Amino acid sequence: MTTTFAQFRQRANVAIKDIRLQKALDTATDNFIRARNRALAELPNADSLRDHFKAIRSATLGQLAHHLETFERNAVSAGAQVHWAGDGTEACEIVVEIARRHGVKLATKGKSMATEEIHLNEALAEAGVEAVETDLGDFLVQLAGETPSHIIAPAIHKTREQVAALLSREAGRPLSADDLSALTAEARRILRERFLTAGMGISGGNIAVAETGSVVLVTNEGNGRFVTSVPPVHVAIIGIEKVAPTWDEAAVWLSLLARSTAGQPLSIYTSILTGPARADDPDGPEEVHVVLLDNGRSQLVGTKYEEVLQCIRCGACLNVCPVYREAGGHAYGSPYCGPIGAVLTPLLFGLEDYEALPHASSLCGACKDVCPARIDLPRMLLELRTDEVTEGVLPWRERKTEEGAAFVLRHQKLMRFVSAAVRLAQRPFVRDDVLNLPGPLNPTPGRQLPGLAKHSFREMWKAGELEDKG
Amino acid sequence: MTASKRVALCVTCLVDQVLPEVGVATVKLLRRAGYAVDFPEAQTCCGQPFFNSGFRPEAIDLAKRTVEIFEGYEAVVLPSGSCTTMIRVEYPHLLEAWPQWHRRAEKLAAKTYELSQFLTHQAQWKPKAVSPAPELTYHDSCHMCRTLQLQEEPRQLLEGAGCRVNEMTESNRCCGFGGLFSIRMPEVSNAMTAEKLRQAVDTGADMLVTADPGCLMQMRGLASGSSVRVEHLATVLEEATR
Repeated sequence: MTTTFAQFRQRANVAIKDIRLQKALDTATDNFIRARNRALAELPNADSLRDHFKAIRSATLGQLAHHLETFERNAVSAGAQVHWAGDGTEACEIVVEIARRHGVKLATKGKSMATEEIHLNEALAEAGVEAVETDLGDFLVQLAGETPSHIIAPAIHKTREQVAALLSREAGRPLSADDLSALTAEARRILRERFLTAGMGISGGNIAVAETGSVVLVTNEGNGRFVTSVPPVHVAIIGIEKVAPTWDEAAVWLSLLARSTAGQPLSIYTSILTGPARADDPDGPEEVHVVLLDNGRSQLVGTKYEEVLQCIRCGACLNVCPVYREAGGHAYGSPYCGPIGAVLTPLLFGLEDYEALPHASSLCGACKDVCPARIDLPRMLLELRTDEVTEGVLPWRERKTEEGAAFVLRHQKLMRFVSAAVRLAQRPFVRDDVLNLPGPLNPTPGRQLPGLAKHSFREMWKAGELEDKG
Repeated sequence: MTASKRVALCVTCLVDQVLPEVGVATVKLLRRAGYAVDFPEAQTCCGQPFFNSGFRPEAIDLAKRTVEIFEGYEAVVLPSGSCTTMIRVEYPHLLEAWPQWHRRAEKLAAKTYELSQFLTHQAQWKPKAVSPAPELTYHDSCHMCRTLQLQEEPRQLLEGAGCRVNEMTESNRCCGFGGLFSIRMPEVSNAMTAEKLRQAVDTGADMLVTADPGCLMQMRGLASGSSVRVEHLATVLEEATR
């Protein structure tokens, strides 16, 4: 996948012209924003808690290796097996190998951005393992053969009618789009069958708590519990940045995560998974694996981009982003969309392939306002743009234009000369102060641009038109 | 009136070249508030477009140039929230690597003000309504409200001038300009502007007011045929207190 300027514009345009999608995006993001604001307002000191959380995340990343080793030691003593995956391919190989060893043909999956990032489903399919998404949104997206378009609401782009059509196809009988409980019941029925027959459950992980070697899983549908407790084998894939040294830090994390995500004090299910089932446990997996995924993250530690690793994938920045709210998630061409995706995607998967993403922002700063870790995404977008210039990613013509413009603006007399020349040149194209450039020359199709004023402010000033007559 | 207090106008390149009437209104307002206005003619651009596009050396050159031109004045006023942010907030970071320049940038930053900020806090100007004032809605431009934290000031001035301010559902939702963003991503940019205008129309006001020339140009570009007229804070205030 790549996201060039042309690709981003084309994909965004498809979303913009889709009236139903626009309505779905508006409603969903509006609701998320309102819920998030209400939930944060319930905290006596949300602002200082966010400051505190930022300090926690920053301190943890400062000793990342140490905390990860502590996690490994404690997870192993709880009976889990810990794997270190340098990149996505390695992580997929680890999971495929576990599946092969257990003769797994069907795996159920809980919501996980990390597995989207490494294209685990494809790798499993190649190895003959069917991986079924069980988060309702992810399940629908999988049935449609699409990719998620929101970090926590993967099917935000799908309408009720489209959902009914997908489930009808799966059920082999027509289901009404107006009967939401029948639709949900059908999805439950299909998924329940899979839960009971799967040989392996695959999940992500919201937090890896080092002091006890536990994986914390935050879900709302209960599918996460099925995935991690019914099959005999559970594999959790978790990015190395998601570590909390102790439960004290994890508590702060949890108090902000569900509030920022969906406006809940806590999600419906907050599961704490520590090793496999004990002898006297009524259920739970016999074998637990935790795959710690690097995939470019450790390279960011100690750089001007380290801050991006403080992200806890709450999705709050997507909901407030005016670009995301028009363009939708698919425009970004990455599992990580919205403002966080615009920063994270080029950093993990390459600036050259995703050249448009640092520019998919008006730098309005709404994302920074809502981030539970107060990540300065606009700053990093600017840094990425600077990298594009210095690394020669930005097209040659654009570089020369900008350099030329800066040269003119460094010399006031030259600027006056150029603006006089432009005034002359624009004459045939200006009517009622509006510039009417012919199609291919028009840089803003659909939007009027003003021409330069007949007389600039400085000309008026120089001519004494603005003298103080007191 | 003979004014003993002086202020330098940094008119911004967009106002200078495209919207000079905003500069004229700014000068009149500053004089009305009791200030003599200087216009250093060497000024061109604060460098923000280059900073936002990743052209750091170019932005740094323009920043140094602007510091040199304006540092001798007691106070500098701009009719733009985003250019004010560039000087007040970004210059000191941008020139961090050169201690001398950094100090000079910080000094300039401390005496640089956005128009409504200056009129409210420095001039302590209380507008008096003279002409019948319009019913309007106010767009909180991004730098203005998120970085400079100026939301009350423009509203108080407008209300002081007799205007009625009807609030949009999301007055601080970006108008879609974002500098070169509006050219690099025209479809998304236009869609954002259309949303802004929709919200403005919904307030029933006949005027959409902003303190940023960039937002003004952007919103005007899609407002023809809409029931709201897009105007700059300076021109609205100037007319209402004339």
